Amino acid sequence: MEGLTLSEAEQRYYCDLFSYCDTESTKKVAPNGRVLELFRAAQLPSEVVLQIMELCGATRLGYFGRSQFYIALKLVAVAQSGLPLRVESLNTVKDLPLPRFVGPKNEQELRHTALYSSDADNSTPYSGVIPPPPGRVQVKKGSVSHDAVQQRTSTDQQESTSPVVSPQQSPPTSPHTWRKHNRHPSGGNNDRPLAGPGPFWAPFSEAQPGSSATGDPIWSGHSPPPHQENWVSFADTPPTSTLLAMHPASVQDQTTVRTVASATTANEIRRQSSSYDDPWKITDEQRQYYVNQFKTIQPDLNGFIPGSAAKEFFTKSKLPILELSHIWELSDFDKDGALTLDEFCAAFHLVVARKNGYDLPEKLPESLMPKLIDLEDTTVVPVISEVGDQSGEIGYSSSPAEAPPSKSPSMPSLNQTWPELNQSSEDTAIVHPVPIRMTPSKIHMQEMELKRTGNDLANPTSPLLVKPPDLSEENNVSSSKFVAGNTVADGYSSSDSYTSDPEQIGSTVTRQRSHSGTSPENTAPPPPPPRPHPSHSRSSSLDMNRSFTVTPGQQQAGVVAYPPAVPPRPPPSQGVGPHVHRPVDAESLIAHTSTSPQQIPEQPNFADFSQFEAFAASSVNEEEENEIETHSEVLQVEKPSDSAGSLRVSKTDGRVEDKAAASVPVNAGKGTTPLAPPPKPIRRRLKSEDELRPEVEEHTQKTGVIAAVLASQPSIPRSVGKDKKAIQASIRRNKETNTVLARLNSELQQQLKDVLEERISLEVQLEQLRPFSHL
Amino acid sequence: MAVCVAVIAKENYPLYIRSIPTENELKFHYTVHTSLDVVDEKISAMGKALVDQRELYLGLLYPTEDYKVYGYVTNSKVKFVMVVDSSNTALRDNEIRSMFRKLHNSYTDVMCNPFYNPGDCIHSRAFDNMVTSMMMQVC
Repeated sequence: MEGLTLSEAEQRYYCDLFSYCDTESTKKVAPNGRVLELFRAAQLPSEVVLQIMELCGATRLGYFGRSQFYIALKLVAVAQSGLPLRVESLNTVKDLPLPRFVGPKNEQELRHTALYSSDADNSTPYSGVIPPPPGRVQVKKGSVSHDAVQQRTSTDQQESTSPVVSPQQSPPTSPHTWRKHNRHPSGGNNDRPLAGPGPFWAPFSEAQPGSSATGDPIWSGHSPPPHQENWVSFADTPPTSTLLAMHPASVQDQTTVRTVASATTANEIRRQSSSYDDPWKITDEQRQYYVNQFKTIQPDLNGFIPGSAAKEFFTKSKLPILELSHIWELSDFDKDGALTLDEFCAAFHLVVARKNGYDLPEKLPESLMPKLIDLEDTTVVPVISEVGDQSGEIGYSSSPAEAPPSKSPSMPSLNQTWPELNQSSEDTAIVHPVPIRMTPSKIHMQEMELKRTGNDLANPTSPLLVKPPDLSEENNVSSSKFVAGNTVADGYSSSDSYTSDPEQIGSTVTRQRSHSGTSPENTAPPPPPPRPHPSHSRSSSLDMNRSFTVTPGQQQAGVVAYPPAVPPRPPPSQGVGPHVHRPVDAESLIAHTSTSPQQIPEQPNFADFSQFEAFAASSVNEEEENEIETHSEVLQVEKPSDSAGSLRVSKTDGRVEDKAAASVPVNAGKGTTPLAPPPKPIRRRLKSEDELRPEVEEHTQKTGVIAAVLASQPSIPRSVGKDKKAIQASIRRNKETNTVLARLNSELQQQLKDVLEERISLEVQLEQLRPFSHL
Repeated sequence: MAVCVAVIAKENYPLYIRSIPTENELKFHYTVHTSLDVVDEKISAMGKALVDQRELYLGLLYPTEDYKVYGYVTNSKVKFVMVVDSSNTALRDNEIRSMFRKLHNSYTDVMCNPFYNPGDCIHSRAFDNMVTSMMMQVC
């Protein structure tokens, strides 16, 4: 053979190639098979290849010695440049571009680029994935890199077959090169017998496996960008079709190579993956690419890509439908048949990975999960994904746990339903009846307390006794009042229908809270829980009207008496208890007073209570009231130790109220439902203590009054609804009731303030007295 | 725990059928096929006027000595048939209903997948996993 003069770059390049083909490490002879594959990768017609082989003398020798190999490579370059194959051309042709080989060459170049590019940020989303990436023999990179550079500068001739031209450059900067790369019939896909097309991906897959000794980090760095490009090349699919022919050869080539170096590469990949932790992490470049792709389909980053559009898009990747289907299942997190940006990126990423030969995971990797916690909505699940601002819809899944189950009749707009879910849940939370219950019970408690204080003081027995009925009525009526006058949603009213126990417990809770020394500021009453007359708001309002119209007048006289009873709402039994248990009334009083101020703030959240207080405030005997109130407060106030007692009391109160209610209807003689609530407080009182009996009587009297009031007014049963005029009338009445209640509320508030001041003063006195008592 | 789960398309061909004792699969296939008659009978019994009110869960289609067959039909006339071992007496009706509900949910998820063409066999892995979880834990 004539002497072959090779340029330095060519020398290196050929040397690399020879090493590459030199699977047996003979350093002298390249096996025919490998060389043939290489030549096939050169995308030359087979006859040309044969010609080359003949020219270089391999056919003669039967093997490719180094010189033959080099000659052959040179001839390949010649052929690729379009020049006729002549032996003379070997040396005559100047500036011959390096021969291009698809597949194996790509890998080498990739390696080189990896070597030279310091792209380490692209960590290996895929390197970590492992196994499939078959290891590739590491070819000397030095020459390849140069080759790569040269090739980069090569003319368009080589574009079609140029392997990764400028892999060395950081991928983002050379998108066009990537594109070229894409057009490359990347030597076959990896192990996967992917239906043909993974030209784009092939180089990368090879690259990855090849990342053995040197370019590991770089491999990972490159894998992403190529993917991006590959996607771009989807549009360029036609060019790739011509390259498909090369796949089989390159595939074989790769597989063999892989098997050899798989071990080393796997180790390196593992090392890489460990250093980058998450093989499925999307790099920023990739993410940007995905976002751009998303924009081409759906300009609104917060919007969806409908399933059909996504199907078209991903079908271009030429993955089998089954795999695409699986990818979709993994990435469509909310199962709504549409992809948000996060889902789209995850799906894209999975396709890229799949194209590179990585197995699809069974479950979506965490880093790919769409960020559900986007908005401040409380979401449960998934976590992360890198960016995550979008998917407003996803973020809405405040109840992601709920979302999946609610998917059932698949709703494409499931995302939109999530906000509704959230809102609804929030609404329901707001409307949650729990807090409401406390009110009525508190009121009852207070009523009982009032009674107690009345009994203890033996002063305003009548007023106190009268008061409780008022309280009870108020409570009962308050439900209706609240219904009419409260701004709270009707949901509150429904809460009243709950058993009194929770209410009592709630009240006791509040009482305990008062023990904790809540400031009077707590008195700002939460809207009183409407009584449970959701179906009979009108009737209840009527009741209220009746009661208001009648009772106010009636109670005006007794207001003086009432006030004292008002404050000590909290379980009258509590007051009794302490009194019973502590014979020293003074002490108990003192103790109670100390706590009463605390309690009072807690209790007054009920219109009833405020009403009563208003009555009390308007009373002439303010002092008496205050005293009584303090007493009641004392009674109400329970020492922390009495909380249990209060609980008991609350329960008893409930029972008393029930009894009272039972008694009331008897007294009232009215079977109208409106009367039912009023009796409740009475029932409670009945049960609480014997002392309450007179109170009960008073209650019954009061309820009798109320009943009378109610009776006076025509009962407006549910049938009212049928009568428009009646409805309007009831509306008017309700409005009137509302105004009255508002006034009452303000009055009671005022009274409350007074009482609190009183309490504070009492506390001061107590403090002063304390030292003496301890002496 | 079901012994066999089958999803039948509207045209009465199976979209998905899987049974646990894989050796006797053909028997279950036959059972499911014959149960389709009962399903149709139940569907038609409602009459056109009650189509909207027709409950999706059909209940026990027919019992045999070895097992019971339950049916469930969707509004698009896709039928789910479940064969349950008779010896498994602990299974209550509610449990069967919940199993069908899970099946229905998974089926709708499969339908949401744009890559799934209605009428194709169901190859979804998620669906498979769900069915596996429902099948009897018989080794």
